[in-house]
Amino acid sequence: MGNKTALYANHLAQGAKMVDFGGWDMPIHYGSQIEEHHQVRQQAGMFDVSHMTVVDVTGSDARDYLRRLLANDVERLKVKGKALYSAMLNEQGGVIDDLIVYLMTDPAVSGEWYRVVVNCATREKDLRWMAEQAAKMDVALTEQPELAMIAIQGPQAVVMTQSVLSDYRQKLIDQLQPFQGAESEGWFIARTGYTGEEGLEIMLPEEEASSFWDALAAAGVKPCGLGARDTLRLEAGMNLYGQDMDETQSPLVSAMGWTVAWEPAERQFIGRSALEAQRTQGLTAKLVGLVLEAKGVLRAHQKVKVEGLGEGEITSGSFSPTLGYSVALARVPLATAEAAQVDMRGKWVSVKVVKPPFVRNGVKVYS
Amino acid sequence: MSNTPKELKYVASHEWIRDEGDGTVTIGITDHAQDLLGDVVFVELPEVGDQVSAGDDTGVVESVKAASDVYAPLSGEVVAVNEDLEDAPELVNSDPYGDGWFFRLRLTDPAELEDLLDAEGYAEHCEAES
Repeated sequence: MGNKTALYANHLAQGAKMVDFGGWDMPIHYGSQIEEHHQVRQQAGMFDVSHMTVVDVTGSDARDYLRRLLANDVERLKVKGKALYSAMLNEQGGVIDDLIVYLMTDPAVSGEWYRVVVNCATREKDLRWMAEQAAKMDVALTEQPELAMIAIQGPQAVVMTQSVLSDYRQKLIDQLQPFQGAESEGWFIARTGYTGEEGLEIMLPEEEASSFWDALAAAGVKPCGLGARDTLRLEAGMNLYGQDMDETQSPLVSAMGWTVAWEPAERQFIGRSALEAQRTQGLTAKLVGLVLEAKGVLRAHQKVKVEGLGEGEITSGSFSPTLGYSVALARVPLATAEAAQVDMRGKWVSVKVVKPPFVRNGVKVYS
Repeated sequence: MSNTPKELKYVASHEWIRDEGDGTVTIGITDHAQDLLGDVVFVELPEVGDQVSAGDDTGVVESVKAASDVYAPLSGEVVAVNEDLEDAPELVNSDPYGDGWFFRLRLTDPAELEDLLDAEGYAEHCEAES
């Protein structure tokens, strides 16, 4: 048996089909993945994401440490609670993991504190790498395994969540900017997510998770599994670590170039020189969106062929419940324009090449 | 537990077969199969008039999770296909033994029916697979 989150019994009571996910017993769906997907696009759904790894970074060198560890620059975080998406690279410029880092303390106040949320499947190698890089620095890395995490996502997610919270927490949420979080008595409430909808991600003590989940359910927020989470993030054009990028791929060929902070030029983050060399030599590939408006479902690892340019591969593919046809992310030759072909079970099928996202706030956005 | 009606016959590749008693059979995929696949989003079926042999690959079921071939459990001519699945593939999930049927065959050799698994044999097969 795998690890269980604080919501394990809630999932079983709600009829979840449980699967192993990175060593955790997690709900894949509670009946229909597609209905859960629509629920999030149209109203509000909640996800147990307690399996994710939360690490607090503190100490007088915390900021300098993260400025070297991450390809994005935590110096960009000027307001308490603000979040930044970043890759953590190795020296070769490969992606060890992607993560969110929050600035937990007021930058003007002494005592540096950041909170980093990394993937569960990469937990051990991430922690090992982070510890290695912290050597000789005044940095403490403190995992927070006793925190549960619930993502509430959808156009009604914020309002429905507020309906079960105290006045104080309601006001706190009203004041949050997108991509910002705030602490409240052991809770950390952030306006972030992985679905392309409005919503919140809430970290809270494990012992409070089950009753909060039940309160959300009573308010009409439907439980959603990892299946819907995957189709929602794919429609939103968001990468999944291990599929769309990994240690063998650079962020520059993973549609993550925007997360690399090149300026200031003197900031020597890990992987910088490798990325600079790649830029000098010229990139040969890119990560794009594919759309198949005909029947059939694009799947990860299917081969992509681009007339006159060469081959590529689908990194993530699925049916898009919002669009009613299949979409995918694929790594293709850099000069790929509007058309490509995919080897679908031995047949070459024509697909459109687009720039993700495919869906934002419930509607089609690619063209 | 998956539903495995006693009155149907089965094959190890997770199709069910209903003998209509007039030389034809109706074919679909089992409750166990639809449960493994999850939400079905497309079904590709053979065409009426196609001649198929037992074991032939005659179509594809695509779910959110995976694509799965549909095999002809018996030999014969396709005499009807379930066109409702074009617009409502979710019938395969909601009613695998009823409105979610796939196609009907006029059997070349009704003796082939003898080779099929009964409900108990199929349930044992699923048990062994899991």
